[in-house]
Amino acid sequence: MSITIEKIHKTFGQFQALKDVSLEIPEGKLTALLGPSGSGKTTLLRIIAGLESADTGRVFFGGDDVSKLHVRDRNIGFVFQHYALFRHLTVAQNIAFGLESLPRKQRPSKQEIAERVEKLLEMIQLPQLADRYPAQLSGGQKQRVALARALATQPRILLLDEPFGALDAKVRKDLRRWLRALHDEYHFTSIFVTHDQEEALELSDQVVVMSQGKVEQVNSPTELYARPDSRFVFDFLGHVNVFSGVIKNQKLVQGDAWVSLPGARGDQEAQLYLRPHEVQLSRSPSANARLPLRIESISLIGSEVRIELAPQGWQATELWETGMSHTEFALQNPTRGELWYAVPNVGHIFVGDSHQPRTVNWNYQDAANASNM
Amino acid sequence: MTSDNKRRVGDQPWVRRSLISLALILTMTFLVIPIVVIFAQAMSAGWSTFAGNILNEYTLHAIGLTLFVALLTVPLNLVFGTALAWSVTRFKFPGRKLLITLIDIPFAVSPVVAGLLYLLLYGRNGWLGGWLSTHDLQLMFAWPGIVMVTVFVTCPFVARELIPLMQQQGSDEEEAGVVLGASGWRIFRKITLPNIKWALIYGVVLTNARAVGEFGAVSVVSGNVRGQTNTLPLHVELLYQDYNIVGAFASASLLAAIAILTLVAKALVEWRQAKSENSALEKGDV
Repeated sequence: MSITIEKIHKTFGQFQALKDVSLEIPEGKLTALLGPSGSGKTTLLRIIAGLESADTGRVFFGGDDVSKLHVRDRNIGFVFQHYALFRHLTVAQNIAFGLESLPRKQRPSKQEIAERVEKLLEMIQLPQLADRYPAQLSGGQKQRVALARALATQPRILLLDEPFGALDAKVRKDLRRWLRALHDEYHFTSIFVTHDQEEALELSDQVVVMSQGKVEQVNSPTELYARPDSRFVFDFLGHVNVFSGVIKNQKLVQGDAWVSLPGARGDQEAQLYLRPHEVQLSRSPSANARLPLRIESISLIGSEVRIELAPQGWQATELWETGMSHTEFALQNPTRGELWYAVPNVGHIFVGDSHQPRTVNWNYQDAANASNM
Repeated sequence: MTSDNKRRVGDQPWVRRSLISLALILTMTFLVIPIVVIFAQAMSAGWSTFAGNILNEYTLHAIGLTLFVALLTVPLNLVFGTALAWSVTRFKFPGRKLLITLIDIPFAVSPVVAGLLYLLLYGRNGWLGGWLSTHDLQLMFAWPGIVMVTVFVTCPFVARELIPLMQQQGSDEEEAGVVLGASGWRIFRKITLPNIKWALIYGVVLTNARAVGEFGAVSVVSGNVRGQTNTLPLHVELLYQDYNIVGAFASASLLAAIAILTLVAKALVEWRQAKSENSALEKGDV
């Protein structure tokens, strides 16, 4: 069932939690609501569920206006951030709760309920824990039980509020994979709230980035990472290296450091955004840039060597970061304290107050220059 | 010994010993000995006199009235306290903080003042008294008045037990219930009630103890008519003023017995409460 959100406004006292939010959630897809705390993502989820009412605006489930429908009658599955398992009921009783709450006419018989619960317990791979109480479960187990409970009444929409927030890294990864597999098997429409960009990009089919009560960008994970269309999305999705300066003579200049910007017109302030993988390190400046940096730290764990660098002779609010393959690392042998130069391949430039970036590709220009010669 | 193991380096043993003995001495002088004296005095003229005093017509009536008042007060305050705790912990509305403070008025106000206030309002010369008497309704100097002031004096107990607990538990579980399609009544019965059960019972035990023992407010509005509006605490005082010391102590021993029973019940409930909170940990995880 697709979900349509139309011009939702919501205020809490003086605080405007959602400002004119409109959104399409496609049927059968896993959508992430991503944003920092206070961006309104949880409020939006609760409004979709009906746990909170919007000041103005409407919510549609598959074309039906459900704005006035009580949460009880919306038939959605909801997984709470802290699971909210019923502490005085066993795991099996927790899972059966939704089925037992159905109106008498739709309610399955006791035996059918028991069978359904058993199947759900198998689905979450915890059949041996049916008679345990929530306090006797680990975080990951609680999360699975919460999911089984939400899915027991076979809702066509599943909403998850920070589903993996309270779990440790290892369990989180397992559960993410498991949820993705579950989703692919049952094809309900799911929305989950998260502040973890990695989680959003890895798990979802569509990411909705939110900030200060507004939708910043809606896109597939690949598109979103490759083509963020605002500074906020850029900053929020993964690490970004920023070089700010003034455009002079087709160059972006700050102190002694500069980057060539062919075609740029002068005397405007601008910021160049570079992803870690869009920058390479070299022991000497290139023809396109002179960005001296000193190596601050080297992290060897992972598929790539991660290097943090501090600008030398120019300023940046955060350290720069880039990666290097282990093979190249062994070859070049960079060490802490050494001076290196950043060589950009691709970058995204924001000129003046503009919110839309322009992408610059130096490799392409090199190639173009070469062919012109 | 574990207690020795726990002692910090350099702590003086005599400080510990003298503090413990001081606490014990004070408890004995002010709490235990008086209670023992009550029972000793009640029995001082022998078992048959004690039984005679208790089975006295007026004493029996006082016992009956006291139990009747408690029987009406406890359920009233149970419903009132639960509704109040629910509304201030589950809803946000202007004046919510004020309401939480107002609950404590009966604790802050002397019971005698409370009695006088009711007299002023509902008594024959009171603001509502004229209207009441034209409709032939007598509240003061009759059992309804006694119930009213007892409800007033005991109304904070249940709410005060529930509010912090319900605040701490939050409304997540109830929200989960409503998302799963449960009706309001089903949520209350299956989710809320089991979670607050022991605090509720604890509140009831305290309410009952206070309802049975209330003196000040009741003495103002009851009129002290023997065999009609005399509750057990008032009866003790009447007997004492009649120089019937043994009779007074016999009735007092009943009140003391109720108090001891209350303490036992309270300890049991506290023990159960702690157990239900820790049960999961005690059973252990696999």
